[in-house]
Amino acid sequence: MSVVTLAQALNRSLEHALAEMDDVVVMGEDVGRTGGVFRITDGLADKFGPDRVIDTPVAESGIAGVGFGMAVGGLRPVLEMQFMGFSYPAFDQIINHVARIRHRSRHRFTAPLVIRIPYGGGIGAAEHHSESAEAIYCHTPGLKVVVPSRPGDAAGLLRSAIEDPDPVVFLEPIRLYRSVKEDVPDTSFTTPIGAASVEREGSDLTIIAWGAMMKEAREAAAALVEQGVDTEVLDVRSLVPLDVESLVASVQKTGRAIVVHEAPRTVGFGAEIVAQIQQRCLYHLQAPVERVTGWDTIFPLKRSEHVYLPSVERILAAANTVLSA
Amino acid sequence: MDMDRNSLVEAYRRMRTIREFEDRLHKDFAGGEIPGFVHLYAGEEAVAVGLCSHLGDGDFITSTHRGHGHCIAKGVDTAGMMAEIYGKAPGSCNGKGGSMHIADVDKGMLGANGIVGGGPPLACGAALSAKKRGTDNVVICFFGDGASNQGTTLEGMNLAGVWKLPVVFVCENNGYAETTSYKYSVSGTDIAARARGFGMPSVAVDGLDFFAVAEAAGEAIARARRGEGPTFIEAQTYRYYGHFEGDSIAYRDREEEESFRSRDCLSRFRQTVTSQGLVEAADLDAIDGAVAAEIEQAVTDALSAPDPSLDSLTTDVYVDFPASQLWMFQDEPVRV
Repeated sequence: MSVVTLAQALNRSLEHALAEMDDVVVMGEDVGRTGGVFRITDGLADKFGPDRVIDTPVAESGIAGVGFGMAVGGLRPVLEMQFMGFSYPAFDQIINHVARIRHRSRHRFTAPLVIRIPYGGGIGAAEHHSESAEAIYCHTPGLKVVVPSRPGDAAGLLRSAIEDPDPVVFLEPIRLYRSVKEDVPDTSFTTPIGAASVEREGSDLTIIAWGAMMKEAREAAAALVEQGVDTEVLDVRSLVPLDVESLVASVQKTGRAIVVHEAPRTVGFGAEIVAQIQQRCLYHLQAPVERVTGWDTIFPLKRSEHVYLPSVERILAAANTVLSA
Repeated sequence: MDMDRNSLVEAYRRMRTIREFEDRLHKDFAGGEIPGFVHLYAGEEAVAVGLCSHLGDGDFITSTHRGHGHCIAKGVDTAGMMAEIYGKAPGSCNGKGGSMHIADVDKGMLGANGIVGGGPPLACGAALSAKKRGTDNVVICFFGDGASNQGTTLEGMNLAGVWKLPVVFVCENNGYAETTSYKYSVSGTDIAARARGFGMPSVAVDGLDFFAVAEAAGEAIARARRGEGPTFIEAQTYRYYGHFEGDSIAYRDREEEESFRSRDCLSRFRQTVTSQGLVEAADLDAIDGAVAAEIEQAVTDALSAPDPSLDSLTTDVYVDFPASQLWMFQDEPVRV
């Protein structure tokens, strides 16, 4: 075990996969010689050479499409899109082709690839470099969508994504790359896709979040516990497939829930979670489920970022609402 | 080429303004007051100004993530730009876009663009509208060697050829797409040659030589105004700073940087016009001083300008922000 950042954990997981799986290939803009814009692939080209760690031209549609062909042809590509906004030019390949080849070919062709996308705000950059469009990928049947919030989960979920027989969109919260550290095994391991993680057990209230918002969720929970509210914290980790069972078990126990995400509210993934809760937990609920989310607007530049991003204060206000209902 | 004294003075003033603006941002970025990612144009001034010297406010340009130079060359106000880059309310885009999204439609500046290859289809559409409206306006589509590999760029070049659109495609080949050399990423490495495949005239010019750029630009723009269709110019240039501020530039060697800096476009312009007696050195010095004062004032004003208001989160998303969605802003306490 050693203490590593989320960025280091991803780097080590990629290194293990390249070393242990001959069919894994890492590909993207600046991932080779430079080691990636966020240095997630740092040192991999030196160790595994330019045939396994491939620099591409700036051509996101091409990266996704070629990765798709590589996967159909028998490789396991791990593609990097530098920022969430840069994945939009690749939508055609991802949504029209990657997500559908298994179905379209009646299972004769598959696309076991991973699309890594650094995403989310809190880094002071405007729109294309800060937004959270996970709902668009979740709304695309055929794709799995995974979001780690801890170094250990990042390494384990990435390995699971690489080994997964279906295409996985792997979202990496930029704000957490170097701001969280924990003990992570030095050898390769997997963390199952499709399982949420109950980070703290509690009986009064469930806070549900994923990605960078786990930081605010944990801090709000700590403040609530101090006030005597026994708060359960659930890291969804896997948006598709969603661990409905864990969500339901938690909310049936606490009877109160808040969903937190930094994407805009309307048709955000929180809406799906709230729908699942009302369908399966209605008679356990003590209060309407609250959402604390980004607003329905274009992601703002730095000076309004703190207004846009859900804060601990906003989660506490929502907690006050559900607790006093 | 023939340029009168006033045009030469104005071209110098704009190139000098870009350099001063970018050098100042490079210096001030470390202070931490400037939000987001900032990509500087210093070194490439002759390209933007060489092209835009031929344009009026009715003509359009499309730009890139490295767009400050294009803005200044097209006449966008530096005070508004500086405030925008600082994310302040009086900015060109009310502090909502920052460095990568500056636009000024009154000046025909259709926007810097965070997406590589975002500009060419937009340029073609603006050109088609100019043509349909019966004007002789033209569109300059600036993009880089990186964007030369994007599908949208090739789609745009094809459309411009098919419809004989008044577009000049200007590939600013500064050698590197982010950190990757065009010698690696551009198949064939001859970007200008690609355009000939789309049936348009194409030329590669020394992008550090204002006069070479301006001459090629003059011909291409005149051709577009005559309704004879698109032209492609590959301007071979260099960016003095990194891909973005904070880039350690490990992918370039210092010798290469020095060889380009020794051919600096501003020094060469000054040398040419003074040695030929076209403009007095003292007049250029006066411009240097005035520009320095202008940028100093722009920074001072940007620093003291107010932040965007909370209301700005709901303005300009739609003509009128839907009342059905407004509740979310009113329902919760918002930290300001």
